Amino acid sequence: MKSLDELRQLREKAQETIRLREQAGGIRIIVGMGTCGIAAGAREVMLAIVDELQKKNLDDVIVTQTGCAGLCEKEPLVEVLRPGEPKITYGYMTADKARAMITSHVVNGQIIGEYVVAKEDDVAE
Amino acid sequence: MEFFRSHVLVCSGANCSLKGSRGVRTAFVEEINAQGLDKEIKVIETGCFGLCEEGPVVVVYPEAVHYCRVDPQDAKEIVREHLAKGRVVKRLLFKGDMELPGVQTWQQMDFYSRQKRVVLRNCGLIDPDNIDEYIARNGYEALGKALSAGPDKVIEVVKKSGLRGRGGAGFPTGLKWDFTSQAPGEQKYLVCNADEGEPGTFKDRLILEGDPHSVIEGMAIAAFAIGASQGYIYFRGEYRLSIDRLRNAIEQAREYGLLGKGILGSGFDFDIDIRVGAGAYVCGEETALLNSMEGKRGEPRYKPPYPASVGLWGKPTCVNNVETLANIAPIILEGAEWYVNIGPKGCPGTKVFTLTGNINNAGLIEVPMGITLREIIYDIGGGIPNGRSFKMAQTGGTSGGCLPEALLDVPMDIDSLEAAGSALGSGALMIMDDTHCIIDVVRCLLQFFCHESCGQCTPCREGTRRLYELIDKIARMEAVEEDVSLIKRLARTMEDASLCGLGQTAPFPILTTMRFFPEEYKAHIEEGICPAGVCNARSHIA
Ligand SMILES: Cc1cc2nc3c(=O)[nH]c(=O)nc-3n(C[C@H](O)[C@H](O)[C@H](O)COP(=O)(O)O)c2cc1C
Repeated sequence: MKSLDELRQLREKAQETIRLREQAGGIRIIVGMGTCGIAAGAREVMLAIVDELQKKNLDDVIVTQTGCAGLCEKEPLVEVLRPGEPKITYGYMTADKARAMITSHVVNGQIIGEYVVAKEDDVAE
Repeated sequence: MEFFRSHVLVCSGANCSLKGSRGVRTAFVEEINAQGLDKEIKVIETGCFGLCEEGPVVVVYPEAVHYCRVDPQDAKEIVREHLAKGRVVKRLLFKGDMELPGVQTWQQMDFYSRQKRVVLRNCGLIDPDNIDEYIARNGYEALGKALSAGPDKVIEVVKKSGLRGRGGAGFPTGLKWDFTSQAPGEQKYLVCNADEGEPGTFKDRLILEGDPHSVIEGMAIAAFAIGASQGYIYFRGEYRLSIDRLRNAIEQAREYGLLGKGILGSGFDFDIDIRVGAGAYVCGEETALLNSMEGKRGEPRYKPPYPASVGLWGKPTCVNNVETLANIAPIILEGAEWYVNIGPKGCPGTKVFTLTGNINNAGLIEVPMGITLREIIYDIGGGIPNGRSFKMAQTGGTSGGCLPEALLDVPMDIDSLEAAGSALGSGALMIMDDTHCIIDVVRCLLQFFCHESCGQCTPCREGTRRLYELIDKIARMEAVEEDVSLIKRLARTMEDASLCGLGQTAPFPILTTMRFFPEEYKAHIEEGICPAGVCNARSHIA
């Protein structure tokens, strides 16, 4: 390293690897991983999400899992929370649908209506 | 870049390692592989979180859930429940937190939320063996800033920050740098004192293990300021893990050109070598340390001349403690103003304490200077265990003072503690409950000094032995009234005439306890009773 600029470039790259620990507070994706979810294929969905985020270099997206939400019929369920927007719950997810959801909803902010099973407002009512 | 949805940070600090954190790490990796989660979850060994009492500690991100006392079986459960299904394993949370309705992040826990982490900014957060993670947290930016500002500006900032040495003596760091920089001579040295021989102190060890680059960066900035091209770290011999981590960190810094010739494209050359001590308390004293580095007996030198003018191999040398150096990068980055505003006037900044003895949350903490002893013990330390009551707190290690309950509200900073008749020292804080006898405790401390006195000067060599005999006499209920005045006279002679801090402060524990616990001395001497029921007529062999 021959200059402060080089250090800063390296830092930007390095920050991606630890962003997860600094709670950047960006978009959150929550995958239902109860027995019902897993039986319906949530593992494949999860792997597809992680893989797609990596391909698209979306290091500020936080992926977590949750247990059964009581909507076992519609598993695998995936919730997407964009800051300042209502929570969207997608149902009957597959690996391909998950990848499409990331391109459309996470990257471009376009909800894919046909996969949606609940919107936060609906749940509240 | 590889994307992982979850990071599992396993503490690999000295205390958690002793409790088996290596096995816990292995169990995580095995179970993650077994569950086919290895593409999504990364396991990282990190430095000390501080809650050593509750180790091995594991933190799972992104939720920042803090698990305590994790064994390999628990690790597997965390993988199956938390990592696979998103169900936090509540039974492994910190004591009171299991009853909370939700799960808090580790930063929200009482133990951490009351701390202020400057020196420990990266401990428990990054992989200490990976320089990239240090750089990601703004590492080496301060060095770059210092190099473009110039040595005089750096010294000015450190002077203005009011930083005082964290090795025990509390000397203003900026001033020491200034003296060394002004001293005539081409060749100068910077030495990092990592001898840490004070019983009950392990902060330097955990800083070095948890964030080695914070010390290397501080050293590079200090060396630049004083005009040294060579630095040394003098380690306590037992600190194997610290030494390994530092070796690795120095290698990585060299590879990146952050040590070596022309650092960051400047004209500044600096490199660091490691020296390992052989386990003598007195070798932490800076001039004994220099002698030891030169291959001589580890005996203190006469002062003056001070190391700043005549130090290692006769050259101007600046000796700084590990924690002092770990403060430098944040001060350069955030500015003197910011630092002055943490803690009280005259003694700004934070202090790392090692909390030990009869205390619930024993471990490593960092708090603003000036926080009260009571807050440390009850709010952060979680109070005294087993329903016992507080008897005394020894601050500043063996040569510090023992404070009674009446002084629980003393602010913990260098000046306030000195005014209260004790010392901040290196930050050892040992809490004792009412099962302890003052006389017995002091006898143990004096035994330590007898053992560690290097024998070079008479007041210390003879004085520590005689003091020990006198306290032993009190413990055996054989002392008479005159012995008390003898102790006081002997103590004064040692303070005045000993060559170094060891002999000068050895009488401290006996003097402070005579002042704060007179009734306990009286009971032993006049009534032949040990109120705590510890002492009997048996003699203690020193
Ligand atoms: C007996 C004795 C033992 C000491 N042990 C240590 C030690 O282990 N670590 C340390 O940093 N300073 C120790 N010191 C203090 C050093 O002499 C010196 O003041 C310190 O390293 C300077 O660094 P600072 O200005 O950054 O605090 C000791 C002093 C005495 C008298």
